[in-house]
Amino acid sequence: MSTVDTPPPTAATPQPVRKPDGVFKVALRMWRTRIGVVLLVILVGIALFGPYFAPYGEQEFVGQPNTRHVEGTLLGTDYFGQDVLSRALHGGRSILLLAVASTALALVFGVAIGLVAAYNRGRLDDVLMRSMDISLAFPQLLLALVALTTIGPEPWLIVAIVAITTTPRIARITRGAAVPVVERDFVGAAEALGESRTRILWSELLPNVSGPLLVEANLRLTYSIGLIASLGFLGFATRVNAADWGLMVNENRIALSVQPWGTVLPAIAIALLTVGTGLIADGLSRASAGIDRAKGDQ
Amino acid sequence: MGILKLVLRRLALGVLTLFVVSLAVFLLSQALPSDPARAVLGREATEENVAAFRAQYGLDQPMIKQYTTWIKGLLSGEPGVSYSNGEPIMDFLGDRIKNSLFLMFMGSLISIPLSLLIGSYAALRRDKTFDNANSVSSLILAAMPEFVLGAFLVVLFATNVWNIFPATIRIRPGEPPWSDMKGMILPLLTLTLAVTPYVSRVVRASMIEVLESDYVEMGRLKGLPERTVLWRHAMPNAIGPTFQVMALNVAYMAGGVVVVESLFNFPGIGLAMRDAVRDVNIPVVQFLAMFISFIYVITNLAADIGTILVTPRLRTRLS
Repeated sequence: MSTVDTPPPTAATPQPVRKPDGVFKVALRMWRTRIGVVLLVILVGIALFGPYFAPYGEQEFVGQPNTRHVEGTLLGTDYFGQDVLSRALHGGRSILLLAVASTALALVFGVAIGLVAAYNRGRLDDVLMRSMDISLAFPQLLLALVALTTIGPEPWLIVAIVAITTTPRIARITRGAAVPVVERDFVGAAEALGESRTRILWSELLPNVSGPLLVEANLRLTYSIGLIASLGFLGFATRVNAADWGLMVNENRIALSVQPWGTVLPAIAIALLTVGTGLIADGLSRASAGIDRAKGDQ
Repeated sequence: MGILKLVLRRLALGVLTLFVVSLAVFLLSQALPSDPARAVLGREATEENVAAFRAQYGLDQPMIKQYTTWIKGLLSGEPGVSYSNGEPIMDFLGDRIKNSLFLMFMGSLISIPLSLLIGSYAALRRDKTFDNANSVSSLILAAMPEFVLGAFLVVLFATNVWNIFPATIRIRPGEPPWSDMKGMILPLLTLTLAVTPYVSRVVRASMIEVLESDYVEMGRLKGLPERTVLWRHAMPNAIGPTFQVMALNVAYMAGGVVVVESLFNFPGIGLAMRDAVRDVNIPVVQFLAMFISFIYVITNLAADIGTILVTPRLRTRLS
């Protein structure tokens, strides 16, 4: 394996091989990355373990609906007389798990397509990238809504559709980062040694595009969380009357002036989660592009 | 290769894209192994009811026939009838299309100049206070989903903190969308705050690329005044990317209207889309999906052609 300093995707000239700090280490020197990591850890903790600390059940009736001060609750009740705090502690898990699953799936496919396109070039590259471009001509949320119409918001369908619409975006980034790597000497050396194509893709190319890929993975996770939460907000959460941060905002916003917590608490949770992953993505991108020479903010 | 050929090629690609999109929309909404008639009528429906529904909406025809009928309808401006009331869908979508286009137009009118301004100023003042502050705030705004942003705005400006703007918009049927400008403020603000950070980052990056180019450095080394360098040499080269920025803006809004309209009860196509998906009103879903992608594809096409026309460098490189 020949890991070298990850060059910015546009660098055409090979850089001297040395053992530098990893992208993560460099990124962690920045405050924005540290804040992002802290936010992410807290919010992921709440989403995963929150249900164990919830004072009431996910769908337990505790008092008069839309009331701010109810005996035995900290933040009052929601539109259905359920405890707001308990609903919020239950409501992150499904969003997070679906988002992570779809981003992981999209990474696998996107990286595979991007690497194959970059290594083979020619006809195959053209066809792959052209079809990726075409599938980008469609807003993600719209395609998800169309797919949900007849089948309904099944978890597998949401994961599949978010993964399918995310794949082309990852494939493009991977290809862009891998094309200059393919030109470099160690790839030629590996070919001369008769290494198999799969081995070249996974052991020679992949480690050298890991910087831009990490950034992209974080960015895509941010958008996947936003997309899945938005679907919940539009009323397409995976389980009926389940606690879901997106759906909660929708359910409780009518009573916003008398009981703001039902809307504000889940909205803050989503905001902190996506801002956390967004900050990490930004820190990583600055780290992997050198100290922010602004190339490839996107 | 002449400009005409390039433009024609882009046009062909646009048509191909729309064709692929139409296939995807049709397959996903109608041809998946689920049964539209069952989905609409529910599990309790009798066999006769289901059969009658299929016959009424042509769902008993072979798939290819259904697809071609649908496409013919779209092209002739008669995109079918609604499942919920059996009336032509254009009858109730006409006003909504007008409302949404107005929302998107106003949103673009505000956010395009704003993102150009913010992006280029940040590029000029790179790594200084404005650039850093803008980078952090746009990062935070861009990470949040639109509905969260909008919900915070409602808390701030329409209910709990200051109660100055209405939280929902009221447009009576038949009235123009500008009849309730006060109600438009929060939806527009949400769209602008969601789009501008993303687009201004693109502007900043492409502006920096221009500012770092050889000809700008050459101008400076020649001793030209900074103003001449910026307006005579940098600006003309930044116009090309501007078209892309506009397209990005409109494209982003085409997707964003669904969420923003739902949040503010804005009677537009986004709200109609949500309701149609909820009611399994497949003809409406199909039409709106095609309509929104049409806007998407057309803006991208216009931007690409515009870029080709104003960028001599691109013309020669592509040929």
